[in-house]
Amino acid sequence: MANDKSLIEILKSRGVSRRGFLKFCTTTASMMALPPSMVPAIASALEKARRPSVIWLSFQECTGCTESLTRSHTPTVEGLIFDAISLDYHHTLQAASGDAAEHAREEAMKENYGNYLLVVDGSIPLDNPGYSTIAGISNLDMLKETAKGAAAIVSVGSCAAFGGLPHANPNPTGAASVSDIITDKPIINVPGCPPIPVVITGVFLHYLTLGTIPELDELGRPKAFFGQNIHDRCYRRPFYERGQFAETFDDEGAKAGWCLYKLGCKGPVTYNACATVKWNQGTSFPIESGHGCLGCSEPNFWDMGGFYRALSEPILDVHRAAGIAAAVGAGAGLAVGVVNQMKKKRAQSPNFFSGCVAPVCRSRP
Amino acid sequence: MTFPVEVTSEPFTGNVQPLMHEIFHALRRLLDTGEVTVIDLRALPLAPGEEAQIEKKLGKGEVRASIDALGPSEIVETGITGVWLVTHFNAEEEILGRYIEICRIPAILESQDQDIEYGLDEMEALLETR
Repeated sequence: MANDKSLIEILKSRGVSRRGFLKFCTTTASMMALPPSMVPAIASALEKARRPSVIWLSFQECTGCTESLTRSHTPTVEGLIFDAISLDYHHTLQAASGDAAEHAREEAMKENYGNYLLVVDGSIPLDNPGYSTIAGISNLDMLKETAKGAAAIVSVGSCAAFGGLPHANPNPTGAASVSDIITDKPIINVPGCPPIPVVITGVFLHYLTLGTIPELDELGRPKAFFGQNIHDRCYRRPFYERGQFAETFDDEGAKAGWCLYKLGCKGPVTYNACATVKWNQGTSFPIESGHGCLGCSEPNFWDMGGFYRALSEPILDVHRAAGIAAAVGAGAGLAVGVVNQMKKKRAQSPNFFSGCVAPVCRSRP
Repeated sequence: MTFPVEVTSEPFTGNVQPLMHEIFHALRRLLDTGEVTVIDLRALPLAPGEEAQIEKKLGKGEVRASIDALGPSEIVETGITGVWLVTHFNAEEEILGRYIEICRIPAILESQDQDIEYGLDEMEALLETR
């Protein structure tokens, strides 16, 4: 349960020196995408910070988000942040099960009513509550009940933030995101499949240090991590500018590290911190490993026409469109027009991620 | 239709040179006003190999220190006096953060007041036991 120990006291009890604390604050500023000049302010805030109670609910998900967060080895900064929060309920990680586990959740809700942080990973099935239940409680009921006393909600992963893979066409379970259901609480979306671990902990840290939720974009994502697109921060961007593209995964261009746009990279329309924060303790990110960005932090990324289809390619096959045109008595020459109309309609759809289809798109309209 | 394309064999972002200019101006400020500048290398888009380029350009200086606090940290003064390369690792020696600090001495190297206070307590206990 949450207690009155401050973070600095917890670190001290673990034998962390002031120097270690400064190192912690420096890497924390980096993690929160804050300039190094903010380190003294972070140190000052963390000295006073108290452990918040956290209830973590997992619904229709693959556990990848929890895996992402717990893959870090202690004593990393992420590991220390886990010590700095009071994780009162997480049915994947906790030892208790059944009634005892549910009792822990109820107890944490009661003791910290109005103050606890609710973290959700996974989408919520609305078609039939039986698709996903915990201790006989439907995901929908558990979310609504637990959200009531939460100070704020963090939707971790694309499933909780936008419906994710369960929401992919034809959405057999009627999967919905947290914000589709809860409308009266501050919700921070931390999408990604999975999200970058330090981005998850960066959001916790923001709450821990400042006691507020971070500034969000129009999709509810923290601007500190999702304010810039992958393409703009990609080290392969100069190749894009020069028109140097890999055409296949094993051609000379690919070997020379040229731009992966033509191989379906969704970097130009994807907002995330992968290109700078990177993965596996800053080792690399997908594009650096030779694969295009899938756009996993954007809504409906699974239904965006194919991971290996360039953004500039029509979503619908021209021959199929020609069939549609012929069926309505128009000439085959209209096929391209049909495709363009479909593209335009798709681009105008509120579900279209980022609202831009042109490869030259560099900022959100 | 043909498009003029500038072909170059340089597979880098081109961010190294502007960074060197930034360091130059920061060093001038340090001397003129005492202002300390810290540059977070993870916040910049750099291609594989560009960090090594920066290191090579800055060279190695006279001071090298290591710290063991929450995993090792390596502090090296580059060949340009006043420009330090600070690398923080975790216990598995994976890089947590990499910074260029333009200062007289990186703050993390200084003994911290709070640790000195603990040191006083320890000294007291030590003297009592004798």
